[in-house]
Amino acid sequence: MLLAIAAATTTLTLGLAIHGVASDPFQSSRETTAGPDVTAVIMPDPEGGAVDPAVLDGLTGADGVVDHSGPYPVAGATLTHGDRTMDVQAVGRDTEPAAVDRPAVTDGDWVRGGGVVVEAAFAEATGLQVGDPVTLAGRSFEVAGIAVTTALVPYPWTTCLVHCVLGQLPEGMRSAPGAVREPGTVWLTVTDVEEIASGPLSYVSYLKLADPDDAQAFVDAHNQDQPGAPRLEPWQHTFEQVTHLERNSQRVLTTGGWLLGILAVASVAVLVGGRMADQTQRVGLLKAVGATPGLVAAILLTAHVAVALLASAAGLVAGRLTAPLLSERTPGLIGAAGDPALTLRTIAIVTAVALGVAVTATLVPAIRSARTSTVDALNDAARPPRRVGWLVALSSRLPVALLIALRVAGRRPRRVALSIASMTVTVSGVVAAMAANAQLAAQPILDADTETQRLGELLLIITVTLIALAAVNTIVVTWATVLDVRHASALTRALGATPAQLSAGLSFAQVLPAFVGAVLGVGGGLVLYTAVDPDEVPLPPVWWLAALVPGVMLAVAALTAVPARLAARRPVAPLLQAELA
Amino acid sequence: MSSILSTRGLTRTYGDGESLVRAVDGVDLDVAAGETVAVMGPSGCGKSTLLHLVGGLDRASGGEIHLAGRRVDQLTERALARLRRTDVGFVFQAFHLMDELTVIENVELPALLAGRSPRAARARATELLRRVGLDAKGDALPTALSGGQRQRVAVARALSNEPVLVLADEPTGNLDSAATLDVLRLFEDLHEAGQTLVIVTHDERIAATADRLISMRDGAFVDETRLTGGTTGHLGALAGLEG
Repeated sequence: MLLAIAAATTTLTLGLAIHGVASDPFQSSRETTAGPDVTAVIMPDPEGGAVDPAVLDGLTGADGVVDHSGPYPVAGATLTHGDRTMDVQAVGRDTEPAAVDRPAVTDGDWVRGGGVVVEAAFAEATGLQVGDPVTLAGRSFEVAGIAVTTALVPYPWTTCLVHCVLGQLPEGMRSAPGAVREPGTVWLTVTDVEEIASGPLSYVSYLKLADPDDAQAFVDAHNQDQPGAPRLEPWQHTFEQVTHLERNSQRVLTTGGWLLGILAVASVAVLVGGRMADQTQRVGLLKAVGATPGLVAAILLTAHVAVALLASAAGLVAGRLTAPLLSERTPGLIGAAGDPALTLRTIAIVTAVALGVAVTATLVPAIRSARTSTVDALNDAARPPRRVGWLVALSSRLPVALLIALRVAGRRPRRVALSIASMTVTVSGVVAAMAANAQLAAQPILDADTETQRLGELLLIITVTLIALAAVNTIVVTWATVLDVRHASALTRALGATPAQLSAGLSFAQVLPAFVGAVLGVGGGLVLYTAVDPDEVPLPPVWWLAALVPGVMLAVAALTAVPARLAARRPVAPLLQAELA
Repeated sequence: MSSILSTRGLTRTYGDGESLVRAVDGVDLDVAAGETVAVMGPSGCGKSTLLHLVGGLDRASGGEIHLAGRRVDQLTERALARLRRTDVGFVFQAFHLMDELTVIENVELPALLAGRSPRAARARATELLRRVGLDAKGDALPTALSGGQRQRVAVARALSNEPVLVLADEPTGNLDSAATLDVLRLFEDLHEAGQTLVIVTHDERIAATADRLISMRDGAFVDETRLTGGTTGHLGALAGLEG
């Protein structure tokens, strides 16, 4: 019971911890870096000709602007590190912190002459580290630091401050002369940028507004669609771009957390059922030696509460240690999609569930024992099976294995409902993950898009966890069923069923609910994903969905084969004699 | 008269070395077609084990079992299942009815397991319930029946596939006197219809109705008596059950 509750509470902790992962790394990063409300860029004409940075000065005095920094020069360049060559946009900055946009240095120092600071996501994708020698436009530099900014979208979907190309150009379009491809961002001193520039510079200014919510209106009012005019972008644009995958991660974590939590409760329900059956004879023994039902409850409760508290503590620790695997830090921002936290709420829920299991597993048999005779309790009289008449009638028309399967399933409708629910939840999660993967596969992707890769890994981990928990549930339910029907199984064999027929019947008894659960889960998964992400309609390949249902049935058949086979080969005579013992 | 069932040197042991137990120890048994044989003995003498061996519910440690002209002690589990399905019917002391099935569903179950059509299985079950006097109880659940009625249902179920041999293990062990008389009468009917019966019992009233009485002790046959009154005579008076 200790291990069983610990396993369930670990899963529940995991679910609750990652469900609580909803912090907003962009906002915290924006506050830390004094992120601008509006970014204004002016780029030179691709055909040549310098731009006047004074054009940007007109914006700094506009209504609503309370602070600004820049204009800063920006040059496109080629960065060489060892054998690797990458395009970058080099932004010239003062060595002193600016009023608006102060990139937060996460490693090393801020810019200095001959020292380059690399944007964090770019550094992570390329492996650049503080102290690395690099060459920019043929001139040697040293990586002075790594920094995070919210003034632009991190690598690889960088906000272009110079003419640049991200991903594949649409057919028929040509890139501007001198445009850089998929650039990372680096900061240098203004002097260094001016020295490495091979052509006219771009300029960028960062504006702080009195009310950040007015950023879009400010941009609408001041954006001019004409050559030589500055291009303005509100902070919300950066936020949308930065948090697009981040929000997807949060959705995956939140939804995965709920699904894992539901499966954990299903496991607990199976455990409680098994535990209650185990307790019957023990309660009878206590009554036989003179214990009142109240005393019986007190004795069992004391023992099990201690076990439950120990198990919940183990589950909380294990869940907390496992949760970070599902929620790694996102490069390019300070913080993460969420560092999973062991909140008081999580601790309270997990402990309450563990105690609930112990109390239920204790009190119900105690109350039952009060209502039944001591002799019956001592005999460990089996819980009478349910009768589902239509199922019995239907089974008469089927082959022997299916006849056995339907009748076994019909004896315990609640257990069947639990199996269906468990499989529906699992398959829903798997289908939702497949839909998300299909969506990821369909969108343009850059080689260095670590965010998308991370999301894919996250989906994989949650899917594997869901499947593992469902597999455990299937095995537990199968064992519970095998034990529950051991007398009926022996009788069925005595009446002429072969071991193979009985084994197949016991296995089918689990496969049939799995089939129903899988069918419901396929629909449920698509509904789930559409509900979680209504903006983007995903559709995994149809053959994936079509293969999922038989795949689930095969997997359940394989999982149940061993316990079913063992049960079908038990000697018949001792089981039939046991009722007389 | 030819033997339906014969065993030679039938042995069933448990454990080994000093803890070796000979539950059945070199039993030779012949049962003729249509004969009723009662096996008596104290609890633990091996009579139920003998029945399980003969019926293919347990595996012999040694010796031979021949049923309906073929050797069955070396059959595979699958073949033994077929044997139980077609050639043997069991009646247990604890009835072993399935509580979630109605009376008629219990009786038709062996026929369904044998692959008969649902219609044929139901027709056979209906006929058997009429034969045991429970045709009005077909839709009842076993829990709604008395002990004697449940055992009559069990007998009907044992006859479902027209077995050549019915094995009854303490069929009246859980019954009161009136119910015991009911079951005795039923066995008498079966005997008169030519059904071969082997009944394990420690109830002398049951044993007295057989054609032959075998006493068993420590796994071996120690005495054999041919009864002339048997089920052909005045059953109730002989069994001392009629008032």
